[in-house]
Amino acid sequence: MHPVIKLVAQRLALGLLLLLAASVLIFVGTQILPGDVAQSILGQSATPQSLANLRAELGLDQPALTRYFSWLGGIMQGDLGKALTNGQDIATAMGKRLGNTMFLASVAAVIAVPSAIILGLIAVRYQGRWPDRLISTITLATVSVPEFLLGYIAVYFLSVQLQWFPSLATVYDGMTFGEKLYAISMPVLVLVLVVLGHMMRMTRAAILNVMQSAYVETAELKGLRKFTIIARHAFPNAIAPVVNVVMINLAYLVVGVVVVEVVFVYPGMGQYLVDHVSKRDVPVVQACGLVFAAVYIGLNLVADVVSILANPRLRHPK
Amino acid sequence: MKDDLAKLIDRIDAGRLSRRGFMGGAAAIGALATMGAPAFAAGEPKKGGILKMGISGGETTDTLDPGLSDSPVPFNVIKQWGDTIVNITADGGINPNLAESMSSNAEGTEWTFNIREGVKFHNGADMTANDVMQTYLRHSNEDSKSGALGIMKGISGMKVEGNAVVITLETGNADLPYLLSDYHLVIQPNGGFDDPNAAIGTGPYKVTSAEPGVRFAFEKNAEDWNTARGHYDGVEILVINDATAKTSALQSGLVHMINRVEPKVAKLLDRAPNVTVENVSGRGHYVFIMHTNTAPFDNKDLRLALKYAINRQEMVDKILDGYGGVGNDTPINAAYPLFDETLEQRTYDPVKAAEHYKASGHDGSPIELIVADTAFPGAVDAAALFQQSAKAAGIPLEIKRVPDDGYWSDVWNVKPFCASYWGGRPVQDQMYSTAYLSTADWNDTKYNNPEFDALLLEARAETDTVKRKELYSKLAHILNEDGGVICPMFNDFVEAHVDDIMGWEKLPNGEMMDGFASSMTWLA
Repeated sequence: MHPVIKLVAQRLALGLLLLLAASVLIFVGTQILPGDVAQSILGQSATPQSLANLRAELGLDQPALTRYFSWLGGIMQGDLGKALTNGQDIATAMGKRLGNTMFLASVAAVIAVPSAIILGLIAVRYQGRWPDRLISTITLATVSVPEFLLGYIAVYFLSVQLQWFPSLATVYDGMTFGEKLYAISMPVLVLVLVVLGHMMRMTRAAILNVMQSAYVETAELKGLRKFTIIARHAFPNAIAPVVNVVMINLAYLVVGVVVVEVVFVYPGMGQYLVDHVSKRDVPVVQACGLVFAAVYIGLNLVADVVSILANPRLRHPK
Repeated sequence: MKDDLAKLIDRIDAGRLSRRGFMGGAAAIGALATMGAPAFAAGEPKKGGILKMGISGGETTDTLDPGLSDSPVPFNVIKQWGDTIVNITADGGINPNLAESMSSNAEGTEWTFNIREGVKFHNGADMTANDVMQTYLRHSNEDSKSGALGIMKGISGMKVEGNAVVITLETGNADLPYLLSDYHLVIQPNGGFDDPNAAIGTGPYKVTSAEPGVRFAFEKNAEDWNTARGHYDGVEILVINDATAKTSALQSGLVHMINRVEPKVAKLLDRAPNVTVENVSGRGHYVFIMHTNTAPFDNKDLRLALKYAINRQEMVDKILDGYGGVGNDTPINAAYPLFDETLEQRTYDPVKAAEHYKASGHDGSPIELIVADTAFPGAVDAAALFQQSAKAAGIPLEIKRVPDDGYWSDVWNVKPFCASYWGGRPVQDQMYSTAYLSTADWNDTKYNNPEFDALLLEARAETDTVKRKELYSKLAHILNEDGGVICPMFNDFVEAHVDDIMGWEKLPNGEMMDGFASSMTWLA
């Protein structure tokens, strides 16, 4: 077997194992949440008998281990269960929210990733001069400001004062693609600003690292243009760390945007998760946790594989 | 008077007073009579437009079943598509709605409601007396999870006679029509037994799209039986739980009106151009509750010491920013019919507090007050103010701040001394019966006073309003002196709308004009 395929297969297996471990953590975590599902569903009017009935109905009287394996078994067959609070099928309800979150994340990524890399290249090209300083200062500032504050500042100027963009990012069925894009312009802007700095600075640092190498000096002595050296010789060798940081930021765009979703009232996964945590709707919380874990592990897996493929030493081992 | 009038006119110039506010203020200082023809005659409602409401207090887990609704968004949604058989007017009277008229026997134990004919549901079916009875059955049967179950408990029998519904009660209740105005009790086809989530009713707007926690859309019900309401072509309710997002949506014109403006920002928001803040004193109140059956709160002197040790006016000024009124250690204020205005207002008195504290023989150890942000807006700050004012009277309070999560299941109604709130009820009987009757589930002060219970039941069946008022006066005096509730303040409903919204009225029964904002207002 080709060593690359073997390496990728190994990574995949490790990823699955990690996901399984995450499922255990999620299950244990939701079990030790304070409060009782039956109690929070029935409220103050609960009687001991109705509590016992509901617990039996929800299977809460079974030992935790039994419940874990029946839950895991369901997931293997694609059954995430039903929400306790309103009886909706979780996969259906969550599918829509996940779609919304993915939409927001991908629009933000499509803008943020190329701009971060291009800005990084420019910063290296003009290292130590004013374009580098300007880019670094601005991106450092946007990274340092908490995202909700960034959101509120953007709302104040762009929505309330100038009225260019809507302060609410509510999207719903029946909107055209253009209307949806316009609706999410503000959260996209904030997300781009938040992730741009990290990726751009990492790109800059990785390339600068490579710029010390002997072959870059050779290229310079050959008389190549500075930008050609960076794009042709330095960047391909800096891909591995860049891809890693890009993937971490993409994962953040999916799993870490709860605050931004709340500020702009965007109907994504974050809001969905928060609502169900407060209602002790454990199956939904578990399903959300698992999806988040899968996204995170999956993207990191992609990062690993890409850096293996980008490295000739790993691609052609002796 | 002249100065007052000048002040009002100044405020109009400054754009801070609505036309209605001016009329009210001018009437109060007796100026209208001298002004000749009113220069601000109310215009005819204009038809058309889509009303957008930004409402906080909605979750993904909400359903359309009126029985299971207990938060602001479901409340406002129900008010679009549903009708109760009666409504409560601004001055606490009863307005017939789906019932054309009503009557009771002398003891108040048998009530007859004549149901309006010719009213159609959104699905085209006729609304009948049987639908009314089935609705009440669904909310009152044994395994009902309805939020209205508590108020339906006293019903012992129902029957349909022609186009009338006859309701028999276990004990007389002169307030039954008020109870039936509860928003859970909107009439559904066959009572909603077939499909409780269908959201089919007789209201001014039909549901066209429902995404819980996100957005609800409605279109005008063209066959509405009541042509005097519902001036918009459609209504949208956007769920906006974040307070800042809500106010900025209003300011940027994305929504026309919002609910629950925080007192802290209300004055600032009122200064914004094109926005009017509305407030109406409601029956909702914030409380500190002591379990009267648990030491040290089982001692009346200690309870009185704490009641004298709280500075009510300071709380209204600092916690509510003036958007509210002081409480008097009863759950009742002037917004209730038959309010007893003779009860003396208790004020902050550290000397009396110290006397009662001494008389209670308390050992001087810190008294633990449990509080969380969710108890009421500003609860933690209010507890700190309470601690300071009590300290001046030599009473040591220890504040224990706990997380919001689990507060309503693990602290409220469980721990002996904590902060809480009440939304108020339409009538005194219902408020007392929900929270102060010794047998009530939500008797959160564990108050057990046979004399109080007996008076309450007597008042409930009393149909003579003069005698009834006397009985309620006695109840208020007992609770004020002996009860376990410290009520520092009644909070206003504070809401805001853009200036294009016309016809806003002050209805103290619920937020957003008791949910009738979309029925009664119109776009200029």
